[in-house]
Amino acid sequence: MAKSKKIIVYAVLVLGAVSMVAPFYWMLITSFKTPSEAIAIPPTWMPSQFTLSNFKEAWTKVPWFRYFFNTAVVAVFVLIGNLSTSITAGYAFSNFQFKSKNKVFLLFLATMMIPMPVYIIPGYLILTYMNWIDTYAALIVPWTVSVFSIFLVRQHMKSIPSELWDASRIDGCGRFCYLFRVVVPLIKPALATISIFSIVSSWNSFLWPLVVTNSKNLRPIQVGLAYFTQEQSTDYTLLSAAATFTALPLVILFLFAQKQIISSFTRSGLKD
Amino acid sequence: MKKYSHWFYLIPALLVLVVFKIFPIVLSFGVSFFKWNMAGPSAFIALGNYISVFSDSLFWRSFLNTFYYTIFSLPFSIGLAMFFAILLNSVTRGKTLFRVIYYLPVVTSIVAVSVVWKWVYHPKVGLLNSFLSLFHLKGPAWLDEYRGIFELILRIDLPRGLEGPSLALLSLAAMSVWKSLGYDVLIFLAGLQNIPQTYYEAAKLDGAGAWKTFRHITFPLLSPTTFYVFIMSTIASFQVFAPVWLMTGPPAGGPVDSTNVIVFYLYEKAFQFFRFGAASATAFILFSLLLILTAVQRKYSERRVFYG
Repeated sequence: MAKSKKIIVYAVLVLGAVSMVAPFYWMLITSFKTPSEAIAIPPTWMPSQFTLSNFKEAWTKVPWFRYFFNTAVVAVFVLIGNLSTSITAGYAFSNFQFKSKNKVFLLFLATMMIPMPVYIIPGYLILTYMNWIDTYAALIVPWTVSVFSIFLVRQHMKSIPSELWDASRIDGCGRFCYLFRVVVPLIKPALATISIFSIVSSWNSFLWPLVVTNSKNLRPIQVGLAYFTQEQSTDYTLLSAAATFTALPLVILFLFAQKQIISSFTRSGLKD
Repeated sequence: MKKYSHWFYLIPALLVLVVFKIFPIVLSFGVSFFKWNMAGPSAFIALGNYISVFSDSLFWRSFLNTFYYTIFSLPFSIGLAMFFAILLNSVTRGKTLFRVIYYLPVVTSIVAVSVVWKWVYHPKVGLLNSFLSLFHLKGPAWLDEYRGIFELILRIDLPRGLEGPSLALLSLAAMSVWKSLGYDVLIFLAGLQNIPQTYYEAAKLDGAGAWKTFRHITFPLLSPTTFYVFIMSTIASFQVFAPVWLMTGPPAGGPVDSTNVIVFYLYEKAFQFFRFGAASATAFILFSLLLILTAVQRKYSERRVFYG
C-alpha cells in the first residue's frame, strides 16, 4: 500500500476510534468536575480541578454496595447454573444416542428465537404465581440455562475422538467418570467462553430484573443505576460518577479478556 | 436403566427451559385471549385484545416509530460497519487496539450508555452541542425535539404521517448505531477473511482500482454477511426499550409519544396499566413479526450462494 494511502486509512480509523471513545471521555471528565464547572458555558475539555466528591456523594446516596453485591450473587449462581446445565446437556446431545435426540435438540434451539420482550409478561405472571417476585431465585433460576452455551459445548464435545471413550471404558471409567475426567478438561476453552459470556450478560441484564424486582434490596446494578438516573435526572456530575463506577468493572474485565469476549459475542449472534 | 441414562444429563436443562421458556410462551398465548389484570383472568374475550390493540392509535404510532428507528439506523449501521471493517482489514499494525476501542460500547451496559448519551445530547452543555459551538453552530434540543425530521429539514409544517421520525427518535437511533458498530465491524471482518485472496490478486493483475475491487469482488462476496447483519440488526432494533425508558421524557416515550416504540408500548400496557391480556397480544404481534424475519434469514442463509 502506498504510504499516503496508508496515512489516510489510519487517519479515518483514528477518527472512528475518537468518536467511539468521546462519549466515554465526556462521562469520565464530567465525573471529576465540580457541579458548576460541569454546566459552564463553554464547557471545559479537561476539568480545571479534579474532585472526587462526585464519587463520594453518588456512592452514599443509594446503597450501591448492596446493588453490586446483588449482581455478584446473581452472576455467580447463574454462572454455576450455566456451566452445569451446558456440560450435562451438551454431553447428552453429543455422546448419547437416543430416539428423540434431534427433536429435543430442535426444541432447545427453538427457544433461542423467543425475544426477551415477549417473555417478560408470562415470566412475570408465573413468578407472581410462584411467589418469587423480589427473590434472588427470580433473578437467577430462569437464566441458568443458555441454549447458546449448550450448543457451543456440544460442538466441542463432538470434536473429541471417540477412541478416548473406548479407552476410558476399557480402563473401567464409566459415562460420568469419562465426562469429568476426560471431556471437561478437554473443553476448557469453550467453558471459558461460556463463563465470560454468562458474566457479561448477568452484569448487563436490565429488562428482566426491572420487571421482577420491586424492592430496593434486590436491585442489581443496572436497575439501581436506572432508578438513580430517574432520581437525579439533572445532576450530571453524580450520574457520570455512578455510570463510571458501574461500568468500570466490566471495562476492566473486557480489557483483560477482550479476545474471548469478542469471539463469544460474535459467535452467539446476540446483541447486548 | 442404562437405556435412559441420557435423561439424567438432560433433565436439569430441560426442566428450566420448559418451566421458564416454553410454558411461559404457551401461557402468554392463552393470556392474550383473556381480559387479565393484577387479579388474574376476568373474562374470555377471544380476539378482543388483538382488536383493541389494532384499533389503538398509540399502537400504530409505536409501530411506525419502531419502523422508523430501524429503517433510519440500518443503512448507517451496515454502511459504516462495512466501511470500517474494510479499512481495518487492510492494515496490519494496531488492529487489536482498534478492535478493542470499537468494541467498548458493545460490552458497556445499555443503561450506562444511555446515561452518558443523555448527557452528550444535553441541549445547552452536552458534548455534541459544545462540539458544534466550536464551529459557531447552534445545535438543536436533540431529545426534546418532537418535530419530524422532514419538517425540520424543509422548515414547513407537514400533515400527520408525512413529518417523518422525530429528531428525538433519530437521536436514539444514532446512539444505537454507535453502540453496535463494533459488533457489526467484527462480523464483517470475519466475513472479509473468508474471501479468498486469489480474487484480489486476479483483480490487481487486471488493473482494477479500489472502487472496482470493492464493487465487483468485496461487496458481492460479502453479501451473505451483509444479509446476516441486516436481519440481526432488524431483530435487535425491533426490541429496543431501555434507551426510551432511560433517556426520553418525562414522561418516557415522549416528547408527544414520538419515541414510543413497540416494546415500550407493551411494557406500559403490562406494568403501568396492568392490562396483561392486551400486552400479551402486543407481544405476540411482535413475536410473529420477528419470527418471519428469522424464517427469512434461515431460508436464505441455507441457500449458500447469495451473490445479489
